[in-house]
Amino acid sequence: MPASIVPTVRIQEADFDVAAEIARLSAGAPDVGAVVTFTGLCRSEDGSLDALELEHYPGMAEAEIGRIAEEALERWPLAGLPVIHRHGSIAPGGNIVLVVAASRHRQAAFDAAGFLMDFLKTRAPFWKKEHRADGGQGGWVDAREADDEATARWR
Amino acid sequence: MKLVYFAWVRERIGIAEEEIDLPGDVATVGDLLGWLAARGEGYAQALQHRNAIRVAINQEHVSRDAPLAGAREVALFPPITGG
Repeated sequence: MPASIVPTVRIQEADFDVAAEIARLSAGAPDVGAVVTFTGLCRSEDGSLDALELEHYPGMAEAEIGRIAEEALERWPLAGLPVIHRHGSIAPGGNIVLVVAASRHRQAAFDAAGFLMDFLKTRAPFWKKEHRADGGQGGWVDAREADDEATARWR
Repeated sequence: MKLVYFAWVRERIGIAEEEIDLPGDVATVGDLLGWLAARGEGYAQALQHRNAIRVAINQEHVSRDAPLAGAREVALFPPITGG
């Protein structure tokens, strides 16, 4: 694998197309034997949620995900590791985040995608606010301890 | 120095960013949080559970003992909930 893979990080309000992102990675890369994708979606929380509002820290969001991706590229032999994270208002069923990990063999792709998501969840500056379907008071989502534990397992 | 606030920290303080001149005895991130908490009601409310606040200097995560010297932009925000 070439050592010169640069992380591709896109922070955008627009939706993304998972199939198009996979095609972009595998096109002209005949030695890619494994592509793992993770897509994070907005849950309806059993119908109680109208939308999630995603706030981010412009500049640091790109920089921090870039740092995480750089570390993944050092740890595993990858052909590509694009990451897309949306911001703004996202309705239940809508896409929030996409990680695509491509490599010669599956294990590196599985591990790199898991690593990237675990660190993104605890270090990339994004915050979710809930808007409730019944018009009631929503609020900022609390951080989960399980996410910190998931990150700790890579150390 | 520019201070930027996000999510419920921003809402409680009531502004998204501000330029401040720090007193000389405010040397670390921990000092800054203590100094800010005394600036008014919104600040006190935002910093009520001070241990929950995360801080970044020049867009990189830092700990409480990090020095403020050389900081152009300091961000205060709640624990991260993206992804």
